[in-house]
Amino acid sequence: MSLEILKPGLLTSVQDLGRPNHRALGIAVGGAVDTFSLQVANALVGNEPHAAALEITLLGPRLRFTQDAVIALCGGRFEASLEDLALPMWRAMRVAAGSILDIGRSQRGARLYLAIAGGLNCPRILDSRATALDGSFGGWQGRALRAGDSLPLSECFSLGRHWPRQSIGLRLARWWANPAPALTLEPIAEIGLLPGHHLPEGNETLFDTEFQVDSRSNRMGLRLESETPIALANQPTLSEPVSIGTVQLPPEGKPIILLADAQTIGGYPRIGHIPSADHPRLAQLAPSDRLRFVPNTEAMALQRLQQLDRHLQRLQDAARDALRD
Amino acid sequence: MNAVLQPGLTLEPLGDSAVLAVLGDRIHPDLNTAALALADELDRQRLKGVLDIVPAYASVAIHYLPLRMEVPAEQSRRKVESWIKQTWSHLHWEAHRQPQPGAEDIWNQSILPVPVCYGGDFGPDIDHVAAHCGMSVDEVIARHSAPIYRVAMLGFQPGFPYLLGLDPRLETPRLASPRTRVAAGAVGIGGAQTGIYPLPSPGGWQLIGWSPLRLFDPQRHPATLLRAGSRLRFIPTAAEDIDTASQASR
Repeated sequence: MSLEILKPGLLTSVQDLGRPNHRALGIAVGGAVDTFSLQVANALVGNEPHAAALEITLLGPRLRFTQDAVIALCGGRFEASLEDLALPMWRAMRVAAGSILDIGRSQRGARLYLAIAGGLNCPRILDSRATALDGSFGGWQGRALRAGDSLPLSECFSLGRHWPRQSIGLRLARWWANPAPALTLEPIAEIGLLPGHHLPEGNETLFDTEFQVDSRSNRMGLRLESETPIALANQPTLSEPVSIGTVQLPPEGKPIILLADAQTIGGYPRIGHIPSADHPRLAQLAPSDRLRFVPNTEAMALQRLQQLDRHLQRLQDAARDALRD
Repeated sequence: MNAVLQPGLTLEPLGDSAVLAVLGDRIHPDLNTAALALADELDRQRLKGVLDIVPAYASVAIHYLPLRMEVPAEQSRRKVESWIKQTWSHLHWEAHRQPQPGAEDIWNQSILPVPVCYGGDFGPDIDHVAAHCGMSVDEVIARHSAPIYRVAMLGFQPGFPYLLGLDPRLETPRLASPRTRVAAGAVGIGGAQTGIYPLPSPGGWQLIGWSPLRLFDPQRHPATLLRAGSRLRFIPTAAEDIDTASQASR
């Protein structure tokens, strides 16, 4: 049972929840940039949260299923169709053997997750199936997908009564997941900011500035641009560990927000950190999208993280119940 | 030997799910020893919900899951911080200041010999380094391969060692314009630092040699040959001897 890649899209790779236990060796966490959408997609098809799925960036791939499969698409809003039928997002569906799935351009958001019941069966390397693009290991041959690749799928779990065998082409689940408010795709994203050690004194400019996402952004970092560069207060003297969500300010005054593939240690000033609850929205910011920073307190950040966690748990429980019926 | 530098502990949140324990603000063997000893002791008495303990030159980051710390989320950072403070207050890091050359250190590692082919195609910048430092190429090689280096921290790439111990007379500024591709195994000098690239990547260090050792192999356990606290020595090796040298040191 396999998934054939007819066209790879801009950057399509195998990702799961990454390797959060190897940073002492200089190994990035990696995995899905938007872990919320990945986990919802996995829940909808009956997978464990850490199952490997495809992460699709800005322009999607063209894929062929060699066998019947149950799939779900979650994340940014992308054009998606199965033989001419427009496909919904945030909803499980069964596709028949031989179907060709076309994922087009993103209409809003940057990353889409395609989960397949059973998960992608790539070998686990350093506790994860995620592709480490810089290190060239994990996922499918340590690289982004190319035309002609054929990815192994795990044996499907029992498809249940929702998915009668006689169906041809496409069959949709009767239920879907609502990602709001955990993941919303606004025209100008308001992203929380917790103060960092090098946050400049009188930081009003930082919060008054509207930033635009630079096209050089990647899985390591979201690069921001603004009309006026952000001025620095003081420079760190030493490279020190950083975290996913750390906002670094290089000398040119354009902030970089660290994402899943970020290095473990950084030498630039840390002007702030993005609360964990905002990471899924960060992951969905595409080049030329706009964002504004909003001051957050730790208490607010943790409260919002708990809300996100509860939202995800409710969706996972509901999907489990629906699949059991 | 320098006088003992007294590290002081300050704690800095790195967002809502990591704390940075800062012991000092410069590169100094004592501060690094203290950071490594603290990281080691925290690792020995891990709290539930802690993901990663990452030592650096003079600091240690603790990454944790604020909703999995067995206390209400708003108390998670306080719990991590009091664990760090308590561990620090009981730590006798000075005991680890001067491991005897040749003896195993507290990290139970002997000194790793790292074969290096210096100069030529293996180290295209060695002439520039020699000219900059006002010495012959042979002297650059002799001074670079004399000390026992210690890995202060890993970062930048999987298994990339930031080394302590470079002879100050070898300090050479980075390239004005970084190379777009540096080979895995390249040995370089960047300012007061020296190290080896585990993976091909862009890089701005002056390349003086190349080592066949695989510093990072995701299929191996452990995946990196070195860890923070490891010690190594560069062994000048002729290109024709490199196969046997890499066999012997594997």
